[in-house]
Amino acid sequence: MVYSFRGGIHPGTHADPGYKSATNTKPIEKLALPDQVILPVSMHIGAPAKPIVSVGDTVDLGQPIAEAGGFVSAPVHATVSGKVKAVEPRLHPNGSKVLSIVIENDGEDRPHESVHPYDFASMSNEERIECIRSAGIVGHGGATFPTHVKIQSGIGKCDTVIINAAECEPYITSDHRLLLERPEEVVGGLKMLADIMGVQNAIIAVEENKTDAFPGIEKLIADDPRLKLYPLKCKYPQGAEKQLINACTGREVPSGKLPADAGCAVFNVDTAGAVYRRFTTGMPVIRRIVTVSGSAIAEPKNLEVRIGTQVEKLIDACGGFKEAPNKLLMGGPMMGVAQYSLEIPIFKGTNAFLAFAGDEDKRVADPQCIRCGKCINACPMHLLPVYMNVYGKQEDLDNAVECGMLDCIECGSCAYVCPARIPLVAQFRLTKGKIQAKRMAEKAKADAEKAKAEAEKK
Amino acid sequence: MYDLSKVVVTSSPHIKAGDDTRSLMLDVLIALLPALCVAVYTFGWRALVLTVISMVACAVFETIYNKIVGHPNTVGDLSCFVTGVLIAFNVPVSAPWWMVVFGALFGIIIVKMLFGGIGKNFMNPALGARAFMMASWAGLMTTWTAPHANLPLFGTVSLTDAISTATPLASLKNGVLPDATLMDMFLGQTGGVIGETSALALIAGGLYLLWRKVITINIPAAYILTVAVVTFLFPMGDVSRVQWMLYQVLSGGLMLGAIFMATDYVTSPVTPRGQIIFGIGCGLLTVFIRYFGGLPEGVSYSILIMNTLVWAIDKATHPRKFGYALDKKKEAQ
Repeated sequence: MVYSFRGGIHPGTHADPGYKSATNTKPIEKLALPDQVILPVSMHIGAPAKPIVSVGDTVDLGQPIAEAGGFVSAPVHATVSGKVKAVEPRLHPNGSKVLSIVIENDGEDRPHESVHPYDFASMSNEERIECIRSAGIVGHGGATFPTHVKIQSGIGKCDTVIINAAECEPYITSDHRLLLERPEEVVGGLKMLADIMGVQNAIIAVEENKTDAFPGIEKLIADDPRLKLYPLKCKYPQGAEKQLINACTGREVPSGKLPADAGCAVFNVDTAGAVYRRFTTGMPVIRRIVTVSGSAIAEPKNLEVRIGTQVEKLIDACGGFKEAPNKLLMGGPMMGVAQYSLEIPIFKGTNAFLAFAGDEDKRVADPQCIRCGKCINACPMHLLPVYMNVYGKQEDLDNAVECGMLDCIECGSCAYVCPARIPLVAQFRLTKGKIQAKRMAEKAKADAEKAKAEAEKK
Repeated sequence: MYDLSKVVVTSSPHIKAGDDTRSLMLDVLIALLPALCVAVYTFGWRALVLTVISMVACAVFETIYNKIVGHPNTVGDLSCFVTGVLIAFNVPVSAPWWMVVFGALFGIIIVKMLFGGIGKNFMNPALGARAFMMASWAGLMTTWTAPHANLPLFGTVSLTDAISTATPLASLKNGVLPDATLMDMFLGQTGGVIGETSALALIAGGLYLLWRKVITINIPAAYILTVAVVTFLFPMGDVSRVQWMLYQVLSGGLMLGAIFMATDYVTSPVTPRGQIIFGIGCGLLTVFIRYFGGLPEGVSYSILIMNTLVWAIDKATHPRKFGYALDKKKEAQ
């Protein structure tokens, strides 16, 4: 049986489905250690971490250099050994400058004293979760939600753990290569996560374009009846959390709720790998597998790099650009963020860096909706993008919400299929901002009136 | 250092599918080709001449309008050519060329461009043009020539030239089965407007559109099935139900309307349930007009009437959003 959901799109061409052929047979290559790493204090969703080192300090590989700034936060670790060169705002992949710790590599790669293997079996659940928290593990699929928060809020509510190895974003093959070359990390991590969360149902969900990785996984899961391998239909956004849960379990995460409300906890493959590496080697999150691809890249590759490595080094390792790029992307082409500089560092959620030389996004000057309805068939949330666009433009916010504006996951399926080339997702982001602003204004007004009424009472 | 001078920053997604408005319209034109070939075979080269005149007129009027209001020309999206073919398909082959030009003028300028151009019109431009020509030149619009009559390529058709014939619909109007055999009707060897006669060619075009995913099956299936079911349940006169139904389904503009006109993106609902309701509505109105109306044919007016209801239908048929059924169930508990 192949698992799937309703809606979605099939990016790619007949000869190259998902545009993955440039890298899906390329083994992971370790990139030479960079001269310096730039580690932003925000590589996760939640409060920024607080630096605990200062300029001039000597740090070791895996040493904590910034502590979590709250419950929903994650610490940052040195990803090379060396000297702290600067603690200052640097350009972040989100487009703004973010406080970052710059470490000059001394080339020794000297592990920190805190890095030692753990005896998973003899640890209590609290100790295990703390061990994951202190390793700075976050969702490596791109959303970078701190993993310990997901585990803690899911224990008792979840009966299923799903490893998200769909990798539905076009071009990206880093998860594919990890599954194929190091399945023991993923399966080991899944077993640990299933133990911690106390579930009897642990699923590795993989899109069918990665069948070469199946035998390795099947061999490793054979001795544990909790573990299952689910092949998924190749369709974008199969790896979106809600669609993945729906495909694997038939459940729908209620609108505005979390996956735990559908009894599921979903972890990225590399997150599971990070959990495994933390317990077996003690090493916190210091590296990432990044697919470097796209029509402008001379020699596309899957690279294993230290977090904080500047993108320019990855481009160098791939033979530079064969044509001047007109689009640089951190992440996949569907939801990745466009960049304008190569100085930005690889962060915890970076699974790909793409450079396009051609007219991949096919922009047009004055797009006109022809109401073809293709966006409706493509929407994995079963919304009405055509009307969300109309109402959004008219600032008719109530009707926009009624058509599903706030349920939009911004996967880009509608904009991908749109024959008129309307930038639907950009338009929806604007409208969402307006809705939020309106709701905040209404709340502020209500609060002010309440305060006034109370003051009058007194 | 790398050359980043060409780099642009935009919102995601950063790749797009190959199909655009132009390629979709080109697919519709390709799908109309079989019907055009049959029309040329059945009615002679004059059918092709009228079609080309209509297409050129539509393109010229759209260009002139864009020039006047200072818009970039939109002819490149090819939608005006689809309108052009459909306007020609909706007139008898004996119609004079100037009437088709006036039809194009009305369809493009009044129905389409004055409402804002592609995507903004609330009526199908070709059907609007047909209604306009019907109201203005009813005689010319209802003069039928028998298949394979030798008509001049351009000139006016005099009554002596026209080997006039009755369309199958006229017989059906009187509750009598037409003389034409069902096979003639299926292949298009009967009287009628240029593009409507051959069910086979129109269905072939429809299958092409389905295969290319230009249209979904919702509207044509709902429309044709509704007509089939209603005519089967309520035959007029003393005839076999099945034969009556088949003649009704194969005659007039039903196939052309259901496959190519009711599926016009701009003037049909976008929700799947809405499309089915739209198709059923068109079907009921068509049979109603054929049975009780003053005219033998009701396809064009049915679709025009349903066109005006599209926004209301869409609004009433919002699909269930992902993650909402659970909420309702919980509230009910």
